[in-house]
Parts: sequence; C-alpha cells; structure tokens
Amino acid sequence: MAKRKAVADKAICVACGECEHVCPRNAIHVWKGIHAKTDFSLCVGCGICARNCPAGCIVMEDME
Amino acid sequence: MKKKWYDYLWIWSILYFILGFFNILFAWLGMIDFLVPLFMALFFRNKWFCNHMCGRGQLFRLLGKDLKCSRSKPTPKWMTSRYFRYGFLVFFLCMFGNMLFQTWLVASGAQSLREVIKLFWTFRLPWNWAYTAGTTADWIAQYSFGFYSLMLTSTIIGLIVMVLYMPRSWCTFCPMGTMTQLACRLPDKK
Repeated sequence: MAKRKAVADKAICVACGECEHVCPRNAIHVWKGIHAKTDFSLCVGCGICARNCPAGCIVMEDME
Repeated sequence: MKKKWYDYLWIWSILYFILGFFNILFAWLGMIDFLVPLFMALFFRNKWFCNHMCGRGQLFRLLGKDLKCSRSKPTPKWMTSRYFRYGFLVFFLCMFGNMLFQTWLVASGAQSLREVIKLFWTFRLPWNWAYTAGTTADWIAQYSFGFYSLMLTSTIIGLIVMVLYMPRSWCTFCPMGTMTQLACRLPDKK
C-alpha cells in the first residue's frame, strides 16, 4: 500500500527547524544544520510539517 | 511537551528593543545573537541556534501562528530561492561593512557621532534621548546606533513578511540563517 511521507527539497530548505518543532512524531530533524531529513519509519504522513514550512519545501510524496 | 528555558527567548528579542530605546549602548548585547549561531555552526556544525534559540523566530511564530497575525500564505518562490537568499546575505554584509566603516570614521575623528537610527538604511529617526554624549568613546556609541538600526530594520522586514506570508517567512532569507547554513556546509576537519 502506498503511504505518504514528508520529503524536504534540499535545494530550498534553510534548516530553520520549524518542521522539527511541529512534528507530532518527532520524525523530522535538521540534519547537520544543512537541511531537514525525515525518518521514514516514524513519519505518518500527516503533512503538518509541510503546512508549516516557511519555505514550502516539504512535499508529501507517495511511497511504495 | 515541557517548555525549556530557551523556549522563552522571544522575550529577549522584545526586551532588546526596549533596552535600546532607553540606552543605546545595550545594542551591543545584540552581538550575542550574531556570534553564538556562528560559533555553533563553525564548531559544532549545527543550526541549533536557529532551531531552538532564535528569539526572533520564536516571536514570529508566537505572533504569526499563535496570535494569528499572519495570513499564512505560501512564501513566494523567488523569496526562498538561492539567488535571493545569497543576494540578501551579500547586501546585508555590505550594509554591516558600511556600519563598521562609519564606526571607524567616528573612531578616527573624521566624522562626528550621529545620534540617529536609520530605518531601511534610508530613513533617519532621531534617537538622541538614548545616549548622553561622553558616556563612552564616540565610536562605541556609533556602533550601537548602527547595530540597533540593523536589528530594528531586519525585525520590521521580518514582521512585514510574517503578516503577508508564513509566520517564519523571514527565516527563509535571514542572513544569519544563510550564513550558518553555509558554515555547516564547510567540509569537516575530522
């Protein structure tokens, strides 16, 4: 079954940490101060991070 | 989640402007917000400051999200683009350099102290009540006026984009954020 997961666009992400702040599952983190990285095993695809990202760089992608 | 002491740093970003209103020399305290993130980025390779401690980011989140002062519309694409971010960083650093130059001019005696706050690098606001001539060396006061202007201008820009777009839209092109991200990108010595 396809599942949605949050994926940050590395080229646009500014690593501000807003996604980290709003994620209810603690599934997304700023990786080494460069960009946001999702732990796919924790992400439930709720999309809260995508809605809150000031750069609009997180997209919910369908995963197999 | 239990709040930590650093979740209240938004108070600091308001306090900073209040202190500077009464005595401009407090503007020097803003150097903390300037040096700590750079130090963290260079020595620990992280943006922990932006992520957890930035009082300005917290203030925008509080006003924009919790108090609903933001339209919460997507930030325009050009504003989040690398060209704009790096361009704004260069512009900001030039203005910072100009401020240092003004400080040097005052220190060398080539120019006298100007007790004004310059908004948007253009509009001069008289601010002479916040400083009594002779309290310190003139260049120390000049730097305070310059730094306070920079902080006030950037906060106002941040507030404008907060109202128009997302609460933390400022973060997408914040010169400090861009600079610390660049520092994090530097190759690790280890």
